[in-house]
Amino acid sequence: VTVRTRSMRRMGQRAGLYATVTAFAALLAFPFYWMVLATFKSDRDLYDLKNNPLIFNARPTLANLALLFEKTLYLTWLWNTLLVGCLVVALTLILALPAGYALARMAGRWGERLGIAIFLTYLVPSTLLFIPMSRIVASVGLQDSLWSLVLVYPSFTVPFCVWLLMGFFKSIPRDIEEAAMVDGCSRLRAIVRVIMPISLAGILSAVIFAFTLTIQEFVYALTFITSSGQQTVGVGVPTNLVRGDVFFWGSLMAACLITSLPVALLYNVFLNRFIAGFTLGAIK
Amino acid sequence: VEQVAAQTAPARREAPLSGASSRRRSRLPLLDRESFLGPVMILPAVLYVLALVAFPFGLSLYLAVSDAKIASTTTSFVGLANFRIALDTPTFRRALGNTLIFTLVSQALVLVLGKILATCLTKDFWGKSILRFLILLPWVAPISLGTIAWKWMLDSLYSPVNWVLRAVHIIGPNDWPMWFGEKDLAMAAVIAVHVWRILPFATVIILAGLTSIPKEVQEAADVDGAGFWRREFHVVLPLLRPILTVAGLFGIIFAFTDMTVIYVLTRGGPAQATQVLASLAFFTGILGGDLAGGAAISLFLFPVLLVVAIVLLRVARRAEVT
Repeated sequence: VTVRTRSMRRMGQRAGLYATVTAFAALLAFPFYWMVLATFKSDRDLYDLKNNPLIFNARPTLANLALLFEKTLYLTWLWNTLLVGCLVVALTLILALPAGYALARMAGRWGERLGIAIFLTYLVPSTLLFIPMSRIVASVGLQDSLWSLVLVYPSFTVPFCVWLLMGFFKSIPRDIEEAAMVDGCSRLRAIVRVIMPISLAGILSAVIFAFTLTIQEFVYALTFITSSGQQTVGVGVPTNLVRGDVFFWGSLMAACLITSLPVALLYNVFLNRFIAGFTLGAIK
Repeated sequence: VEQVAAQTAPARREAPLSGASSRRRSRLPLLDRESFLGPVMILPAVLYVLALVAFPFGLSLYLAVSDAKIASTTTSFVGLANFRIALDTPTFRRALGNTLIFTLVSQALVLVLGKILATCLTKDFWGKSILRFLILLPWVAPISLGTIAWKWMLDSLYSPVNWVLRAVHIIGPNDWPMWFGEKDLAMAAVIAVHVWRILPFATVIILAGLTSIPKEVQEAADVDGAGFWRREFHVVLPLLRPILTVAGLFGIIFAFTDMTVIYVLTRGGPAQATQVLASLAFFTGILGGDLAGGAAISLFLFPVLLVVAIVLLRVARRAEVT
């Protein structure tokens, strides 16, 4: 009898587990299901209140996608986002790679402190800085230009990536570059020839995070840029596909979907390193 | 002399490494000296951070005690007037209260739900990797785009949320909540969307903490006959405390300083019911052109950031010691 009650209790636990995770999955992923639906629904289907909104009531259509790509600046926004993302990533690497390495290897005790101090600047949010930043951007003549974002975005990608790379370089044994230096390499040569190749995974994750942070940014892009042709996806889509009270819902959701999925896939691959960066060594 | 040095070399190797290497270092070319190369490599990043984080921060202090407007070219010193004006405005006090409610309620929900979800994810079940991907989506998708999907899901006419609530008889056939039309519902909506967005982040952090708890600890608790709740509150949660602190602190910062969700969903409405400090600073400073007033409002974010930073430092230091 006890065996049977135990197995029944276990089945109950399994059922509870599946019910809980299904509920969470539904809650978290539903908006994306909704994007998929709306992307391919015809207007007649979308705006008929008698319809069940959760399924296709009429034949799916590509009209929303056509509108998005042909009648809006979506491709321009995508291109702008990509351009800003790549330039910011490049700038970030130029600044953060040497700093992360030096803080991990050469600076000893105060390097640790300085590393934490730089990470803490990541906590200073855009909503605290956007007003003075708008002044700075205006004074260097970059208002309403993509270059303002290239200038400002490293203010959050650099602190985060310095921290991430510092942690990564610490995990590489010192012997490796010391061996190279004994073989006659200069320090810089040892870094470039020996350390960088084996750090590719860490560098790549810094690239991905810097890139996704710039794609997700909203406040600076909203503050600095007003003309549609210079906007990024995050700002261009919600401000231009809404005209007064008219929402182009189908195209709006298509834009959200197309932008979100690739970012999500990239991110998923590098999740563990991201966690390691945020847990501050509170996990061993 | 060099021969003597070579003979005593084995003995020197016993000596502390730093002494030996520093003697050698002085003969190295400049770029191979750590005392030179290190600062040179760090300097560009530090200069950039000083120029684009520290300097703007100083500038915002300066703006907050001035009378700067977007159009004005000359400014004069007005002391703490902007802060006083802000504190005297009902809208500001409303926004301050809203920010606190928004932050505390959303973080409480995020931590509880995140703990539950993370506990589920420590178990094995079918479809786990799919679930892991799905639950990450809200965190990873650009905030403004995820939020705009919610704007439609809570639309006054076409809300599928209302449709489902009606279909399962949670609301009656004549009820149709206007999510952005009523004050409390609007607040509930922005909190819900924010929870939706931050939950994945908290979950993966807590999950990392849970998996770092040794299995033996849990098993020992089982052997001792500890029930579920006892084990949770006396074993798991105390061990999880540092990581819950980290997740909670980052969550507080994300919530306290966020304006994207609110800007996209409600623009602070209806009647300032969801206005928070960050969005009010934006409306005042950028759209209203009152740079000084906006800067003063956003500086009210700083004390909380400072406290969070101090606590984070303590957590990091403790992790370093152990």
